[in-house]
Amino acid sequence: MLTDLAPSVAPPITQKTPAKVRKGSGFWFVVPFLVAFAMFLLWPIVSGLWMSLTNQSLTGSGAGFTGLSNYAEALADPAVWQSLWNTAVFTIATAAPLVVLSFVMAYLVYVGLPGQWLWRMSFFTPYLLPVSVVTALWQWMFQPGFGLINSILTQLGFAEIGFLDQQGVAMFSIVLVTIWWTVGFNFLLYLSALQNIPDHVFEAAQLDGAGPWRRLVSIIVPMVNKTTIMIVMLQILASLKVFEQIYLLTAGGPRGSTRSVLEYIYDVGFSGYRLGYASAISYLFFALIVVVAVVQLRIMNRKEH
Amino acid sequence: MRAQNQRTSALTIGTSKAWTGGAITALIVLALMWVIPILWGVATSLKTEKDAAGPALSVPSQGWTLDAYVQVLTQGEIPRWMFNSFFVAVSVTILTVAISALAAYGFSRTEFRGRKWLFALTIASIMVPGQILIVPLFQQMNSMRLTDTFAGIILPQIVAPMMVFIMKNFFETIPQELEEAARIDGAGRMRIFITIIVPLSRPILMAVSIFVFIGAWNNFLWPFIVTNNPDLLTLPVGLATVKNAYGVQYAQSMASAILAALPLMVVFALFQRQIVKGFATSGMGGQ
Repeated sequence: MLTDLAPSVAPPITQKTPAKVRKGSGFWFVVPFLVAFAMFLLWPIVSGLWMSLTNQSLTGSGAGFTGLSNYAEALADPAVWQSLWNTAVFTIATAAPLVVLSFVMAYLVYVGLPGQWLWRMSFFTPYLLPVSVVTALWQWMFQPGFGLINSILTQLGFAEIGFLDQQGVAMFSIVLVTIWWTVGFNFLLYLSALQNIPDHVFEAAQLDGAGPWRRLVSIIVPMVNKTTIMIVMLQILASLKVFEQIYLLTAGGPRGSTRSVLEYIYDVGFSGYRLGYASAISYLFFALIVVVAVVQLRIMNRKEH
Repeated sequence: MRAQNQRTSALTIGTSKAWTGGAITALIVLALMWVIPILWGVATSLKTEKDAAGPALSVPSQGWTLDAYVQVLTQGEIPRWMFNSFFVAVSVTILTVAISALAAYGFSRTEFRGRKWLFALTIASIMVPGQILIVPLFQQMNSMRLTDTFAGIILPQIVAPMMVFIMKNFFETIPQELEEAARIDGAGRMRIFITIIVPLSRPILMAVSIFVFIGAWNNFLWPFIVTNNPDLLTLPVGLATVKNAYGVQYAQSMASAILAALPLMVVFALFQRQIVKGFATSGMGGQ
């Protein structure tokens, strides 16, 4: 799949290279990458792990070794559990619509109205926006008084809604913004999966006299099954890592009701100055991500056999 | 495009009018929902501040104007942030593509001790969520005295194991014979890389460059963490943090947002085909 771009240039050749040709100073090609890799990825992983065992603070002075006490504190911290709960709610509330809606969009664009580029652009453009543009646009949409949504609501005789400062509503608003912002990515993946379905499949269905609904359910949905599995997996992992739009829209409020795990890590580390404790929560979260990824791979492998 | 049209007709034959009508309506409604926030931002940016803070659903009493754009471009810091973003994104793209392509070549076409092991380590690191490294990375930048420098913003962004993986897969599809012929002519590895591999890999290098550029241009978290210096702010960071400087000037704040959105929309319009194809084939974006 990753080599789909290849055939236009050169036919794929799977022939093994003779050892003789491969000999040489190939290592030097890898060195620049390895240096950066070691400095900015491996080393932070190691030093973060060490930091999580200390009481390191942002203000610098005196990092003493404290063993596993940060981890013990994290597991007993109700704010950690609340942020985990919020993250789970966010993940479930975004993942399902982001998968279903992106498929619906791709299918509608695919079955073809004129001007495909226009529809494609409409759905994909938000994905290209930096997070702060997204939040600026939506803060303006949600604005009390003269924001677009509240203006329409009051025009229709309803009460205004505090989209970002009402407990219970704020998480819903963040979910909405996230769907708007990121659906374009899944949409493009689905669209190209649909376009790769061979024509003869449809012609066969046509001859069988299958109606549009039958065709959708019994041909198209199964044909993009692989894409669906990939999108679900990527989407869950991406949703778990939510931070930026929350930080910019509500900073985790009101009363911590939108505080995700990464938002809490940020609060602890950079507002609370407790880098050691923030690192410990980071590593617990990392472990959780790995577990989720492994479980997903297991389920996927079982489905394929 | 022609294949698309053929398929379209194959699809619409035999569908009922109600079905087609329903599909068209749904498409239009969804597309409207997706463009309205942007159009509403554009509309606001074209009003005077007084109208922008007035009733949302009426025609602006003072007419449409480009005042807000003139204001932010001449008085605000948008040009400065835009330059910073451009400088950072271009630097990150060049460095990332250069070291990743070299590494991908080394991993795919050469033999050295520990090659397999190092590649496995590179692939495994794709799993690590970058956000959890923010805390130790910030501390490291602090001790290297790189906070509040362009180097501090740029360097941690150039490590892209996923791009190494994508390019390695591509390089492996280039026929070995081409390389062997050049070797017989006495070309060294570096010359082979530059004169044979790079020209044959233009499409993938292009796609990877676009991904990396989009990712770097939009990156918020790292530049936000690593610098407080107002002179070094990138566009996404400046927009989010210096908003208060404008107070409640909605037209100007929308004009800034639209200006920040424009460059990538132009990039997308220019490279739509490569981006769509690249996204589809690699299954990933700039995240």
